[in-house]
Amino acid sequence: MKRFFRSINVRELLRPIGQMIVFSVGSAVVLSLIALLLALILNNTAVGENAMQKFGASLFTYTLVNLPQVLIDGLTIGFVYAAIALGYTMVYGVLEFINFAHSEIFAAGAFVSIEILIALAAKGILADASLGMAYTYLILAILAGMLASGILAVVVERVAYRPLRGSPSRLVPLISAIGVSFLLQDVIRLVEGLTTGQFNRIFPTFGNFDERLLFGKAALGATTINMGISIKSLIVILAAVLMLVGLNYLVNVTKIGKAIRAVAQDRPTASLMGIDVNRIISLTFLVGGLLGGAAGGLYALKFTRIDPFVGFFPGLKAFTAAVMGGIGNLTGALLGGIVLGMLETFAGSYMGVFTMGMAGTEYKDIFAFLILILVLIFRPQGLMGENVSQKA
Amino acid sequence: MNKRLFVLLSVLVVASLALSACGGGGGGGAAVKTIKIATQSPLSGDNSAVGVDIKRGAELALEQMGGELTAMGFKVELAPFDDQANPDTGVANAKQIVSDPDILCVVGHYNSGVQIPSSEVYHTAGLANVSPANTNPKVTTRGYLEVSRIVGRDDVQGVVGADYAASQGKKSAFVVHDKTAYGQGIAEFFKQEAEAKGMEVLGFEGTEEKANFDALLSPILAANPDVVYFGGMYGQAALLFKQAREKGYMGMFMSDDGFDSSDAAKIGGQSLLEGAGTFYSTVSGPAAVYPDTAKFIADFKAKYNADPQPFAAQSYDSMGICLKAIEAAAKAGNGKLPTRAEVAQAVRGLAEYKGITGAVTFNSIGDPVIAKYFVIQVGSADPAKWPENPIVQTLDIAPPAP
Repeated sequence: MKRFFRSINVRELLRPIGQMIVFSVGSAVVLSLIALLLALILNNTAVGENAMQKFGASLFTYTLVNLPQVLIDGLTIGFVYAAIALGYTMVYGVLEFINFAHSEIFAAGAFVSIEILIALAAKGILADASLGMAYTYLILAILAGMLASGILAVVVERVAYRPLRGSPSRLVPLISAIGVSFLLQDVIRLVEGLTTGQFNRIFPTFGNFDERLLFGKAALGATTINMGISIKSLIVILAAVLMLVGLNYLVNVTKIGKAIRAVAQDRPTASLMGIDVNRIISLTFLVGGLLGGAAGGLYALKFTRIDPFVGFFPGLKAFTAAVMGGIGNLTGALLGGIVLGMLETFAGSYMGVFTMGMAGTEYKDIFAFLILILVLIFRPQGLMGENVSQKA
Repeated sequence: MNKRLFVLLSVLVVASLALSACGGGGGGGAAVKTIKIATQSPLSGDNSAVGVDIKRGAELALEQMGGELTAMGFKVELAPFDDQANPDTGVANAKQIVSDPDILCVVGHYNSGVQIPSSEVYHTAGLANVSPANTNPKVTTRGYLEVSRIVGRDDVQGVVGADYAASQGKKSAFVVHDKTAYGQGIAEFFKQEAEAKGMEVLGFEGTEEKANFDALLSPILAANPDVVYFGGMYGQAALLFKQAREKGYMGMFMSDDGFDSSDAAKIGGQSLLEGAGTFYSTVSGPAAVYPDTAKFIADFKAKYNADPQPFAAQSYDSMGICLKAIEAAAKAGNGKLPTRAEVAQAVRGLAEYKGITGAVTFNSIGDPVIAKYFVIQVGSADPAKWPENPIVQTLDIAPPAP
């Protein structure tokens, strides 16, 4: 036991947590300052008067009062994106191609977790479960989802990517990935259609996940704004942090991680050093799939309703996050996810008021993709990316 | 090789000759003419809960009322199509439907956004389309002879919703819609009427978001309106309402007939009952409110082992109208197979068609001369009790003059 503890590298465990704190606080401060500055500038214009009329408070007060809630919401969705983005980044780091089927691997995890919980709910087990048991069931369901996604990812790699690995063009596996993505979408649709006849699956209500912990109130004109965080958001953030720390540890400290990094850097040489490249690649997919499945289960918990196409948008956002952060870079995926989630929530929450309703929440996605384009123009390797040495 | 090919070909020729001979013999004296009636509704995807029951309602009607045409020597079949609530799929299906000469009538569409482009195809082909559920004004205001509907319109329904909210002393509203022809349309009518009744509209937003409404909710919570109105379908609406309650909004939720599905209770759960409650306006009351639907509900339950979703009874009637019109057209032609144009004429010409949801007479553009509108409150978080939701208001209103 003592030996085990000595072998844990505490610095490597703390480093990603530190990074998370730095990134979260950093993006929160920057975006808050931008929002507050904009509010200050617009305060004495028609926009400010409009806000005054609507909320009984100045635009600046409005922005300030809403800020804590916006930050929490942004952070929650940011961690969801980061958790999915890790899967993209892992595979890219090793194989240098984008696994577009990751969105469906994510969706499969969400479906397996939710189906297990629905089955338990139908048996009446969930309704009278104690709090401890409710959490046990949730964890078991998410674990099952992870397992299913992990296996699916390995199978996809074996069937759709490995036979193409020697192909001269990088485009070939990419196209195969997109094909697999569509195929899996319809497989999920088929399975759901045949077994339940329903495509909307809804997370059963049990435990105390829907409850909200209030941490403050603020007056906005005649309205009181309650600030708080729901328990499920807390679970999502906590689980995402655990996943990120665990993965960082796996890749940077363990022997397996070393092998993964070696394969990512130079496949032929790694194989000459006695590393079984095929096994390491399968393992990478397994880990990516496990993480994707967990993210799926968490997504279902947080957003309640899933359908066979549920993977598409979170997948696209996570891919954007991975590219923004520097694809192939774990820290980058984390940063990209947090920044994207924050930006989206900021834009969605404030744009309607700042433009007097001319452009509302519906345009929030533009900002994410705008930033992506800017990053790609001015820093093509991504925010945290470094130029990866070219493979032979 | 050549020899083998020759043998194969000759076998094929002989087989086809034998088959065609059989076909001729089997037909006996008078060849049976097939009449098909198509349904189009979302059988898969987001809106499938209601869409599948639109198909089932039509199927049941065909079973129970197709006898007359069978007696006249026709074979009547149902041709169900899945429009996936997607305009592109709907139009592609419509093209397939008009290219099948046996199809004489279409029951369908659940989503106005799908019905409007699809019916352009029916219109060009002269194929009759009876809609059990589409409420966007544009469905009939284009004035197509082929397109009729048996339900009310959004320019009345939105007004009914806003009037009800105002009559309950609500002073302000935040309006959200799903950016479809249907959702945005009805949201705009709601907004106009709410303003006309002196309510303050604090926001008007469209969203295609399906899961994460956090960002949209910040301005809503800050504005703290008396009513949050959602123009669109239950999948988004119920989730938006649930997330709003979780964030502490305690005002009234309101939506439209797109909200009318037991899945809404499944998604929204208890949160729909908290605070000032959840209301929706609809053009289709629960099947039980119509005097003649008791037998329909019993038959439906016996056949499909489930309660009918909203619009199943309307679909039953739409199919009835199709059958009646084909019958009338066939009788006028002395038992000959009627043409599409004759059927379309006959649909519009039916007076006082006695359906289970009431008597239907169409006006010159295909709206029913009097339509029923309801305001319903969600009464239970149990999806099985959805049909028992209490009706708080019932109105009979004529459509605006064409």
